[in-house]
Amino acid sequence: MADEGLPVIARFEVHRRSYLAPDGTVLRPLPDFASDMSKLLALYRGMVLTRAFDLKAVSLQRTGRLGTYAVSLGQEAVSVGIASAMREEDVLLPSYRDNGTLLWRGTKMEEILLFWGGDERGNLSSGPAHDFPYCIPVGSQAPQAAGVAYAFKLRKEPRVAVCLFGDGATSKGDVWEAMNFAGVHKLPLLFVANNNQWAISVPLKLQTASQTLAQKAIAAGFIGEQVDGNDVIAVRAAAEEAIAQARAGGGPRLIEALTYRLSDHTTADDAARYRPPEEVQTRWKEEPIARLRAYLVSQKAWGKAQEEELAAECQKEIEAAIERYLASSPRAPETMFDHLYAELPRAYASQRGELSRGSDA
Amino acid sequence: MPELTLVEAINLALARAMEEDANVVVLGEDVGVNGGVFRATVGLQQRFGAERVIDTPLAELLISGLCVGMAAQGLRPVGEIQFMGFLYPCIDQLVNHASRLRNRTQGRLSCPMVLRTPHGGGIRAPEHHSESTEAMLAHIPGLRVVMPSSPERAYGLLLASIRDPDPVVFLEPTRIYRAAKGQVEDTGEALPLDVAFVLRKGRDVTLISWGAVVKETLAAADELAAQSIDAEVIDLATLKPYDEETVVASVTKTGRCVIVHEAARTGGFGAEIAALIAERGLTSLLAPIARVTGYDTVMPLPRLEQRYIPSVARIVAATHKVCEFA
Repeated sequence: MADEGLPVIARFEVHRRSYLAPDGTVLRPLPDFASDMSKLLALYRGMVLTRAFDLKAVSLQRTGRLGTYAVSLGQEAVSVGIASAMREEDVLLPSYRDNGTLLWRGTKMEEILLFWGGDERGNLSSGPAHDFPYCIPVGSQAPQAAGVAYAFKLRKEPRVAVCLFGDGATSKGDVWEAMNFAGVHKLPLLFVANNNQWAISVPLKLQTASQTLAQKAIAAGFIGEQVDGNDVIAVRAAAEEAIAQARAGGGPRLIEALTYRLSDHTTADDAARYRPPEEVQTRWKEEPIARLRAYLVSQKAWGKAQEEELAAECQKEIEAAIERYLASSPRAPETMFDHLYAELPRAYASQRGELSRGSDA
Repeated sequence: MPELTLVEAINLALARAMEEDANVVVLGEDVGVNGGVFRATVGLQQRFGAERVIDTPLAELLISGLCVGMAAQGLRPVGEIQFMGFLYPCIDQLVNHASRLRNRTQGRLSCPMVLRTPHGGGIRAPEHHSESTEAMLAHIPGLRVVMPSSPERAYGLLLASIRDPDPVVFLEPTRIYRAAKGQVEDTGEALPLDVAFVLRKGRDVTLISWGAVVKETLAAADELAAQSIDAEVIDLATLKPYDEETVVASVTKTGRCVIVHEAARTGGFGAEIAALIAERGLTSLLAPIARVTGYDTVMPLPRLEQRYIPSVARIVAATHKVCEFA
């Protein structure tokens, strides 16, 4: 125990943001954008589409038409809320579960399917050309995000890098090194820790003894805020504020979005091996889509007819994308060399030739 | 033409690249005010400012990750890792990201970055400061691995590496940073990557080497010449992708080959060259290929390091054996 007579030289606070209770009732005055019902409806649509797409992707995987896939079930508010606060010219560095973020920013469903279906062309993406592809080695996109943000600062461009990762990633040095550098240089960078409580089978309490993930920003010298990640209004409001601050030169922020992974880690995982189904059942009561729907219904902005119409519209859109995905032509084998270097080194010409002649098969 | 040391040639190339292209930034530990622990970046921060010559926190993974992010955004980052023994935290960024960003995105994003680091032993440095693990890097598809062995080639190859549209690991032979001197004019002319340099023409045997030990290889060739053995000496210079044609052409001509590298033998880059010659030049061979390398042990601390690094005597002895084989 420290001597009580020693002076306190620093104190820190971590704030938590939420507007909607799990049943959709309003906890505190909503942010300005929420008075525009069309914005809330767009967020709702984005979440519903993401969930419908994810579930369809799983059924494609189960029937052998897609590879391993990471579902974002229950976390749609994080993906969509963050994406909705970004501008086209901002740069996204997503993790492998941020399907809703990519969809919102313009990646086509058939592109996402193509990537998880085993074809690099899926990463060509119709979204912003400067966005990064899914990052699979956990947390390794964080120092890259700092590099992107440094480029913006050096060129005096009013753009922001947005880096998404999970709770597991906060245990890696990558994330800390990136936050530390971002703090030193006040970079235009938003870190988002999607805290879904589980890193495959490892629960948060084995990941860290830290009371919040948000407070990890404090050591790096900037604000960390915890947000109810199942409240899309809270996610968007926190992201808007952080991105505006970053764009104005005010430096980075960390948002810890507290949510829950309702699905298995991926289609290759079986969560029943390590977590009780009762826990999942309880968490279903907090999920983001029902929550926003309850609020919209309470505002008379939504009803059964609209719900059915939206579901049908999403199904139609998804089915059409799946058709395009399944109809995609295979890559010529030799093209595995075509984007290795800007120009194929002559040393590898004969290997490419072997593939194009088909003499490997 | 001014006579420069190898490290001065590096500095000259960095300054030239920064002058020519505002997208070139230099980052690393102590590269700014201090000018780098070997002074490779001396004067750059004064000339180009702290925004373009960045003293980073002490975090190598970060340096490599920053380079990837900056490069994807169109900058031309040149990161410095203080010693090769500290490069290992960067492997994730090099293998999973830098080398395959272009391929993963089918050309939508690219990664024109350079990661410089001193290579090899012989300067009586502490533990972990004398690594030569280039073969590990040369195994990574999508990367370029370059290692100059003279001030002229350091200048020209570094300029080429910075201008190259793909990621390059640039390994600098620590032992000859100051020992190697040469005439270097600041012409801005790059040397080609992926091309080996024939430093000495010869008929009897091909000696292939790279990095600091090129010096011993050339000295061995001089000694052999006095004994009427006419050795051709090739500085491979770029290990990934490497110049197979120059190697095969030389061995086809001489029929004998000795490969010299400082790194440990097993799985060293010499094994790759020996395999290439076996595949494409076997019928020309008049003798088995010999390798003169570091031993398959950890690089010893300074009291023994000279016994680890290939010596002129070892190269000469191995060459005799190859030349006497009937």
